[in-house]
Amino acid sequence: MITEIAPAPERVAAEPARPGRKRRAWDEVPRWQIYVPLTIYLLFTLIPFYWILLFALRPAGSTSLVPWPMTFEHFEKVWTERGFGTYFTNSVYVGLATLVLTTVVALAGGYALARFDFRLKRGFMLALLCSQFVPGALLLVPLFQIFAKLQMINSLGSVVIAETVFQLPLSMILISGFIRNVPYSLEEAAWVDGCNRMTGFRIVVLPLLRPGLIAVGSFAFVHAWNHFLFALMFLSDQGKQTIPVGLNTLMSSDSVDLGALAAGGIIAAVPVVIVFAFIQKWLITGFSAGAVKG
Amino acid sequence: MAQAAAVAKPPAPPRRRRASATPRGLPYLLIAPAALLMLGFIAYPVLSVFYYSLRNYNPTKPWRNGFAGLDNFTQAFAHDPQFWDTLTFSAKWVVVEVALQLLFGLALALIVNQTFVGRAVGRALVFSPWAVSGVLTSAIWVLLYNSQTGVSRYLADAGLGSYGTSWLSDTSTVFPAAVVADLWRGVPFFAILILADLQSVSKDLYEAAEVDGASRLKQFWHITLPHLKDAIVLSTLLRAVWEFNNVDLLYTLTGGGPAGETTTLPLYIANTSVDAHNFGYASALTTVAFVILLFCSIVYLRLSKFGGESR
Repeated sequence: MITEIAPAPERVAAEPARPGRKRRAWDEVPRWQIYVPLTIYLLFTLIPFYWILLFALRPAGSTSLVPWPMTFEHFEKVWTERGFGTYFTNSVYVGLATLVLTTVVALAGGYALARFDFRLKRGFMLALLCSQFVPGALLLVPLFQIFAKLQMINSLGSVVIAETVFQLPLSMILISGFIRNVPYSLEEAAWVDGCNRMTGFRIVVLPLLRPGLIAVGSFAFVHAWNHFLFALMFLSDQGKQTIPVGLNTLMSSDSVDLGALAAGGIIAAVPVVIVFAFIQKWLITGFSAGAVKG
Repeated sequence: MAQAAAVAKPPAPPRRRRASATPRGLPYLLIAPAALLMLGFIAYPVLSVFYYSLRNYNPTKPWRNGFAGLDNFTQAFAHDPQFWDTLTFSAKWVVVEVALQLLFGLALALIVNQTFVGRAVGRALVFSPWAVSGVLTSAIWVLLYNSQTGVSRYLADAGLGSYGTSWLSDTSTVFPAAVVADLWRGVPFFAILILADLQSVSKDLYEAAEVDGASRLKQFWHITLPHLKDAIVLSTLLRAVWEFNNVDLLYTLTGGGPAGETTTLPLYIANTSVDAHNFGYASALTTVAFVILLFCSIVYLRLSKFGGESR
């Protein structure tokens, strides 16, 4: 709150000089230079989305370019016969469990990185950055062996752990940045009022972190929801598989059922689209808060 | 309540203070879960890859298992043409993808950074493929590319090309076809990051440039681009590493085919370890991939003078 109020007077002071100026150059870009390239690019972006909707909604064997007469037969088929109902539940479980585990562990670690100086801090930060270069795909075999030893093959827990681990470094760096943006004096004031560190954190810092935590949590969920290789490798039991694996199965069969594939794809997209619509607006501001520049 | 106290209190010294009741070990306790997870599931697997790279290890041929020295590496560099082919393809894939994604992402960011009617909707739509997974991207483009009911059929209806064209199974068209599919998903990543960085360019700079009579192109070249430099360097590097490592899209879209035409090094490694069970050799290839990535990253950061005088 205090930080938001502080810079305002400066802006007000600078404002009066502006109104009299002529229009600025970057406002004078001819409209067609915006709309023509934007429209072309939007066609490239949206036609694929339209294409999958078309295939999901028109009857099998139709070649019409509009989804009419509309049918939901593909959705029913994919949801029951092709097991997407089960895959959906599994994916939701993996996504939510990864979200919770990543956020909680990254919050603890991020707080330590933001508020303490300790001997291993530099080394730990370096390890976080280096881990960005470690490709999860190339560690499949050793990871498989570890989970086999832990008797976790074919259990959704193995995928949750693997997704969390590769999600952690970036989440922790982001969260420690968000915590640093909360003035330390607020916490100190809470201690003066008789809070201990934990309650001080809970009533002072945590509410201010909510937007940041939503962002980090959404990233974790979307990644876990989308990711494919870990689930493919660690879950061989059909009843344990997730949606991306189900999509891959649909694609790799000999004669691809395009209607079912399209319907499955839309089922895969819906939660992600909802999350995206939710966080889209301040994806930009979240990043420009300095998270990317580290 | 706490905030009111903060206002009333004399300004806190900038120095960090420890809460009196905080035990010394608290920071270690807080990072412990993250550190343990990363030790167990990143550090240990990496070390075991290094270890196996020096051994023959194949669960289907246990009689040959044992210490191999550098045999796996000599095998890769001297006797395995597939290693070189897949490495070359990986390099080509990464360079083409990152360059095109950066180019289109930069252009898009500059466009949606302007003020115009419908900007909010335009941004949301342009960025929308960002959250789509590699497998879903493949599914969408399989629908677009398939030979019976894909785009090529409608083009043939309109007299362009011939019926039954399947861009993904023709060696001469599979590369551009895969590149376009990955571009569709990859461009928003750059557009979002660059747009975020554009927010922090000081408007005074443009006003000053305009007073001096600089054209828009000159303003872009002398103000915008230098400002974006660090963000561009960092995002291209992250993306290059990601494009190199990521196998979702090619695995599901082309499966590395036709005729191994689109097999990247990580795909080759996955095949070697998962299908051929040759863990020792796959580990050696993984080690080579690590070293190449690390080396290229350092060279890139040096050459681009990252974090240098530009800011």
